[in-house]
Amino acid sequence: MDDAAVEQEPVEEIAPPPPPRRIAYRHRLPTRVWHWLNAITVFVMIMSGLMILNAHPRLYWGQYGANFDHAWLNFGQRPFPGWATIPSGYNLAAARIWHFAFAWVLVIGLLAFLATSLWNRHVQRDLAPTPDELAPSHVWQDIKEHARLHFPTGDAALRYNILQKISYVAVIFVLLPLMILTGLAMSPSIDAAWPWLVDVTGGRQSARSIHFIIAAAILAFIIVHLVMVVLAGPINEIWSMIGGRFRVPPERSEV
Amino acid sequence: MISRRRFVATGASGLLLGGCDKLDRNPEFKGLLRSAEGLTMRSQRLIGDRNDLAREFSEADLSPIFRSNGTSKPDTPDYARHLSENFANWRIIVDGLVARPLSIPIQMLRSLPHRTQITRHDCVEGWSAIGKWHGVQLSRLLDAAGLSTRAKYIVFHCVDRFGTWPYYESIDLIDAFHPQTILAWGMNGHLLPVPNGAPLRLRVERQLGYKHAKYIQRIQAVESLSEVYRGKGGYWEDSTDYQWYAGI
Repeated sequence: MDDAAVEQEPVEEIAPPPPPRRIAYRHRLPTRVWHWLNAITVFVMIMSGLMILNAHPRLYWGQYGANFDHAWLNFGQRPFPGWATIPSGYNLAAARIWHFAFAWVLVIGLLAFLATSLWNRHVQRDLAPTPDELAPSHVWQDIKEHARLHFPTGDAALRYNILQKISYVAVIFVLLPLMILTGLAMSPSIDAAWPWLVDVTGGRQSARSIHFIIAAAILAFIIVHLVMVVLAGPINEIWSMIGGRFRVPPERSEV
Repeated sequence: MISRRRFVATGASGLLLGGCDKLDRNPEFKGLLRSAEGLTMRSQRLIGDRNDLAREFSEADLSPIFRSNGTSKPDTPDYARHLSENFANWRIIVDGLVARPLSIPIQMLRSLPHRTQITRHDCVEGWSAIGKWHGVQLSRLLDAAGLSTRAKYIVFHCVDRFGTWPYYESIDLIDAFHPQTILAWGMNGHLLPVPNGAPLRLRVERQLGYKHAKYIQRIQAVESLSEVYRGKGGYWEDSTDYQWYAGI
C-alpha cells in the first residue's frame, strides 16, 4: 500500500488538522436518482405545460372562464415560443400526451422518494429544520451569508443550511403536491369522483390558475438552484449529485 | 454556412429540443407515452364509481355567455334544409348491434321524459363554461333499442364535416349508461342553438368537450372502434392524435 492512497482515504476525522482534500459521502442513492429523474420530468412538464397553455393562454378565477369572461392574466395569441415548449411546433394533442405520461413519472417518483426518505430518515435527519435553525436571527444570519456569497465550509457544507432546508421542504412538501392536486382538480372525471378536490381549490379555473402560479414558482426555484450550484462550485456540486461524494471545502479560517 | 457563434448559441436549446421533437416523431417512444392513457383511464375508473355524478350547479353559476367551439354551423345543403324547416324532419337513427333499430323523430325525442342538468363544460384547450342542458338519457334509448351483449362502444355520427371527414365520437358503455349522459335538445331553457349543436348533441359530463358530439344524426352500437372511419374512435382522435379517453 503506498502512502498516497492512505492520504486520499475519505475518513471522517474530527480531530484537527483536517486533511486538505477531504472527500465525504453527501447524497444517498435514492436522492440522486430522484434528483436526475426530476431534472428531466419537471422540464418536460413545464415545457409541455406551456404548449398546453398556448391553446388557451388566459387564466381565470372560479369555476368557469372562457373568452367572454374576465381573465386575470392574458398572454395573447400563442405566446410561448418553440424553444420553450414540447413539441416545438404548435400541437396541443402531442403536448397532452407528453404531459400526462410524465405526470405519472412525477407522481410515482415523488411518492417513492417520500417513502424512501422517511424510511431512511433523510427527511427527519437532513431536511427537517431544527427549532434553533428556524430562529429569526439564525435565518437572517444565513440570508446575510448567502448575500455575501459566503457558503458553508467544512462540516457545515455537508449539511443543508436553513435556506436550503426551507426551499427543499417547500418544493417537496408544498409545491409538488399542490402541482399534482391542482392538475387532478382540472380533470372532469376526478371532479366527479372527488368533488372536494375542486372545491378546496375554489373551482376548476382557479385550480388552473394555481397550477400555473406553482409552475412559475418551481421554475423560479430551478433558476435560483442552478445559480447557487454555479456559485458554490459547479463541478464539485454536480459530481456529488452524480456519484454521491463531495470534496469538502476547507474551513474558511485555514484559507 | 452556419457561423460558429450561431451554432453554439442554438446548440444548447437545439440539442434538447431537437431531441424532444425527434422523440415526438418516434413511433415507439410515442407509443410508450401513449400507454399512460390506459393507465390514467383505469386509475380514474378505479378511484371513482361508475355512477359518480359530475357537479351540478345552480342558475346563479351559469356562464353569462356559453361560447361554442369546433363547427359553428355545418355547411352541407342537407343541414341548411333541416335548419330552414326548424329541424321538423330531423330523425335520430339508433342502429348497429341492437335488437330493434330505431328511427326517432326529433319532436318525439323532445316529448320523452327528460333530465335537466347544470354542468361545467371543460374544453381540452383549457377554458370552462357552465350551461344548463335538457335532454333524454342515452340509456333510455339504448334500452329501447335492445343493446346486444356484443356491443362495447356507442358511436355518434354527426353531420358536420372537416374537409372530407365527418365528425364523430365514441364512448364506452360505462359512460353511455351514466345517469348524466344525455342527448341534449335544449340549452339554458331554449332549444339548442346552432353553434352548440342543434338539434341534438351529446353530454358526457365526466369527459372533455370534444367528446360531446354535436349535430347528431345516428347512434351506432359497435363491438370494436377499429371498424369505424380511421379506427381511433373519433374525428380528433383520428386526425390529430387526441386521446380517446378524455377524462383529464
